[in-house]
Amino acid sequence: MPGQAEQFQEALVSSNQEIAETLFKEGLINLSILECIEEMVVPALDNIGVGWEQGEYALSQVYMSGRICEDLLDKYLPSENALRNNKPRMAIALLNDYHSLGKKIIYSALRAAGYNLYDYGRVETEELVGRAEEDQLELLLISVLMYSSALKVADVVKGLKKCCPDTLIAVGGAPFRLDRSLWQDVGADYIGTTSADVFKIVRSYRGADQDG
Amino acid sequence: MGKEKMTSMQRVLTALEHREADRVPLFLPLTMHGARELGLSIKDYFSRAENVIEGQIRLQKKYGHDAYTGFFYGPAEIEAFGGEVIFIDDGPPNSGEPLIHSLEELDQINTPDISKVPVLQEVLKTIRTLNEKADGDIPVLGVVISPFSLPVMQIGFELYLDLIYNKKELFWQLMQVNENFAVQWGNAQLAAGATALAYFDPFASPTVIPRNIYLETGWLIARRIIAKLNGPTATHLASGRTLSVIDDLVKTGTGAVGVGSSETLRELKQVCKDKISIIGNLNGLEMHRWGREEILRRVKEAIDGAAQGGGFILSDSHGEIPWQVADEQLRNISDAVQEYGTYSRS
Repeated sequence: MPGQAEQFQEALVSSNQEIAETLFKEGLINLSILECIEEMVVPALDNIGVGWEQGEYALSQVYMSGRICEDLLDKYLPSENALRNNKPRMAIALLNDYHSLGKKIIYSALRAAGYNLYDYGRVETEELVGRAEEDQLELLLISVLMYSSALKVADVVKGLKKCCPDTLIAVGGAPFRLDRSLWQDVGADYIGTTSADVFKIVRSYRGADQDG
Repeated sequence: MGKEKMTSMQRVLTALEHREADRVPLFLPLTMHGARELGLSIKDYFSRAENVIEGQIRLQKKYGHDAYTGFFYGPAEIEAFGGEVIFIDDGPPNSGEPLIHSLEELDQINTPDISKVPVLQEVLKTIRTLNEKADGDIPVLGVVISPFSLPVMQIGFELYLDLIYNKKELFWQLMQVNENFAVQWGNAQLAAGATALAYFDPFASPTVIPRNIYLETGWLIARRIIAKLNGPTATHLASGRTLSVIDDLVKTGTGAVGVGSSETLRELKQVCKDKISIIGNLNGLEMHRWGREEILRRVKEAIDGAAQGGGFILSDSHGEIPWQVADEQLRNISDAVQEYGTYSRS
């Protein structure tokens, strides 16, 4: 239903929660909730994220879209619902910074796509490594805004290599977007500059589609 | 045939008048590097105006760039509002937790009295002294954060977007407080001797907010503020896109625009030519890994793209060069401008 998906996307970029919900409910008449996520929510958030990267949309639209979708999914597919995807075991964290918008955007997008994940909030290196070990994470998503915080990812990588070498690390945020090889310098496994990138990373993760 | 050597002030003013100077002017916004020069931590460096004055003078002598900056760090304005500033060893001071955590607390934010804020007084002392030392030969730059962009540090991104999108009345209430502050703070710096102000407004960029919303909000504010400031301004959108709002920025009355590295200078020049000067756009975040050849190539590319006919000042992409950029890279940039910066070749 391309027409409806496009209208849904339009409602999101216009920050019109009411129309977005009406379209989502109309989608549920003919589709299961997982199909609605796959055919409406994920493509819309993908397109808006890519559109931001290409200069078509603004960051505020990316954020508002994710928030609207997250609210919708919290309502129609609550966290405890068995249809929620708990694989991979993942968490998102804001490292050192106090600028949480990027983290919130990715958290909302993943929740809206039906994934459950931990939100560690703002943490420093040692705490982040400890929590990742405690939760036996398979994937750790790290968001930063400041360049100096981006460099701290190298310490997280070093710490995780010792205690949980199988945990993969994906990084995102302005420093990684503006310096395209920085993610490799700090030893991350992936870079994600949009929610579309993060969807790909999560899906490519081994076992991500199991148990879903 | 070379032109007669100009002072930095003459060079910058000539470029801003959309004419070609003796060479392309260079701004190196080195806010933190003075600490390295003086062997101090970044926190200690910013604790006294005397340190920053000495740092700015040494750096300008070393690299021969065309301005002093009286700017300390962005969160100084948040300090004025009673907020927390967090110092780190290898980067600019960061603002801490937002001043408030819910919109119900918005009434708690009032316009500060700048005469009672020690860090702002140190900034004014720095500007005053640098202006005396420059003796009219070197511009001294001040910075005022746009009332439209300050709330990211005051109340956090998320709450602020909620305000812009859903709570217009409260948004304008906060803007009133911030506008009063911006005008007072900007004019205090000009009165102290700042030659011009950078009006730092990342939220004006279509990277952050759609243009239609900017025109109903930040653009109206910028137009009002710039009219009330007693000196020239250059609007800086940090690393955000600028191309689609250039004409809007011109209408705010600003004289120059600081541009990021995601757009080419050649494209920008076509839109800005004879209307607004361009400041930029060497990628500050990548700079620390550039060798001499790479620097020569980047500087040449920038100059070829935007310098012809004046209206261009070579600088970084964000308005602040990262701490990680080393002395060698800064020297190479300076040398490259000496080598490639003459207009006859552009």
